[in-house]
Amino acid sequence: MTEQSAPSVQGAGGRGPAAPALLRAHSPAVSAARARRWGSFYYAEQVLRVMKGYGWTIVMYGVGQPVAYLFAMGVGLATLVDTNSGAAFGGVSYLAFIAPALLISAAVMTAANEFTFPVMDGFKWRRVYYGPHASPLTPEQIASGHIMAVSLRFLLQSAIYFVVVALFGASPSGWGWVSVLVATLAGLSFGLPLMAYAASIKEDKGQFAMVMRFIVTPLFLFSGTFFPLDSLPLVVRWIGWISPIWHGTELGRVFSYGYEEAPLLTIAHVVFLVGLAVAGWMLTKRQFVRRLGQ
Amino acid sequence: MWVPELVSNEELSSKQSRTHTQGDQMQYVISAENLTKTYGDVTAVDGISFNVPAGEAFGLLGPNGAGKSTTMKMIGGVSQRTSGSLSIMGLDPESHGPEVRAHLGVVPQQDNLDEELKVRDNLLVYGRYFGLPMSYLRPKADELLEFAQLTDKAKSKVDALSGGMKRRLTIARSLINEPRILLLDEPTTGLDPQARHILWDRLFRLKEQGVTLILTTHYMDEAEQLCDRLIVVDKGRIMAEGSPASLIREYSTREVLELRFGSERNATIGAELEGIGERLETLPDRVLIYAHDGEAALEQVSARGLRPLTSLVRRSSLEDVFLRLTGRSLVD
Repeated sequence: MTEQSAPSVQGAGGRGPAAPALLRAHSPAVSAARARRWGSFYYAEQVLRVMKGYGWTIVMYGVGQPVAYLFAMGVGLATLVDTNSGAAFGGVSYLAFIAPALLISAAVMTAANEFTFPVMDGFKWRRVYYGPHASPLTPEQIASGHIMAVSLRFLLQSAIYFVVVALFGASPSGWGWVSVLVATLAGLSFGLPLMAYAASIKEDKGQFAMVMRFIVTPLFLFSGTFFPLDSLPLVVRWIGWISPIWHGTELGRVFSYGYEEAPLLTIAHVVFLVGLAVAGWMLTKRQFVRRLGQ
Repeated sequence: MWVPELVSNEELSSKQSRTHTQGDQMQYVISAENLTKTYGDVTAVDGISFNVPAGEAFGLLGPNGAGKSTTMKMIGGVSQRTSGSLSIMGLDPESHGPEVRAHLGVVPQQDNLDEELKVRDNLLVYGRYFGLPMSYLRPKADELLEFAQLTDKAKSKVDALSGGMKRRLTIARSLINEPRILLLDEPTTGLDPQARHILWDRLFRLKEQGVTLILTTHYMDEAEQLCDRLIVVDKGRIMAEGSPASLIREYSTREVLELRFGSERNATIGAELEGIGERLETLPDRVLIYAHDGEAALEQVSARGLRPLTSLVRRSSLEDVFLRLTGRSLVD
């Protein structure tokens, strides 16, 4: 504390008297120019530092979930399914059939967490967005920095997931790794519209629990995850068509075991996922600018 | 101890002349003309004008809801004005948001520290928003922790800090980019007296270093202690402007006699006190007699045979100025 150091001691951290002369912030003009250029990255850095606090959870979630699912479904259930199904799963093992779906679903569920509570925290609970908002960063950069950090989590988590899947021998094609990117895209496609919604919420009345229960869970179950979508009656098949999980899963299957579908359909999956992500980003940006600028 | 980094006046003025546009705002770091902000039908700030020269401690004094925070947000470049003009270091915050904010240190009314990060990390992360390199930030963070008397808390989590410590950490955070202008929105609200005095001391030191302080408060003692000059704001308008002493001279007497006759009698006793002192103010809980000599006024009260439950003679304060200007107290 202050009593211990004489007023003339200049070097913070014992660097000797010459240190403070070097210790000068660059000019505000430089700050502003750097922030304009790199601001999103600066904010992403902050979110990643916070994530580091629960980094162990992220890794365990990344490893533990696929191991549990693949073991239960792929090994347990699959022995039953594979002997009875014939060619119902496109000629591949049940394990190979569900692996891409689980990979995509995990990213979407992570999105449902990372783009809801932390956003509420930013605007309302602990108001963490308002600190950087007073710095040279812009609301758009705060939003995009948050998204970048979460995207990195998608990539890391999906990569771990994919390694586990590959170790289970459930990704026969050499292109299987692309499903890591597909999972990240699916996470954004589901997550960004949700983020825009989260940014619009003023009062927490349990909306996020409702999203998990009435949107994420049905999408997880009816997106061609555990059985092909066309084995469902038409009444519920539409759930799959509007589901980022289904579009992502079908794409993932194309890459991980060469699932055959019309090329136009493959393009449609990509367009759907990208379109939803872009629309979500536009809405999020508008919401952030409006709410922080009040 | 943090050794103040003194910037000479010449250096300061040369910096300003570089950043400033030509014209009458030349000598001011902040210049507001007819500044107005409306939210729907509500006019939060109603055409206020003021100029702040470099190095001044400038206060906005007023009750809650007077428009102080809204004004601060506009100066801070985070809220857009509805009309009027505003210039910070010669820049319009509307078109040059990041450039304006790069000049400022901001202490918001509500702490928004990152509670999931450690105390020191809060400073590092914040410095990154200004693009400052870690080689600068690490020693600077230590220096600022020393300044904020938080060195031994460097590795603590933020939620382990007391209210006063959080406030000091927020101030330390606002200084990470070595701003020449510091915006403080109600810096000591909610703190106990001791914590407030520590904070005032830190703010004084910054003032000594030539940092321009812009401060909102509804505490008159804070305004008197810290501000060179202030504006009294009510309902989005400026009621008066001047140094604390000149405002007191202009709008109040030298001393005030406070009398309490009990809640029932306070309201009715006014007539019997007529003629004593220069002015009489009847509040629900007490009667204020404004007089040059408070003791003499008290003698007159006794001479009329009136026996107040308690009596107190004190110097006039900004509270009295506010009461005179608006007919209301600052703190309800």
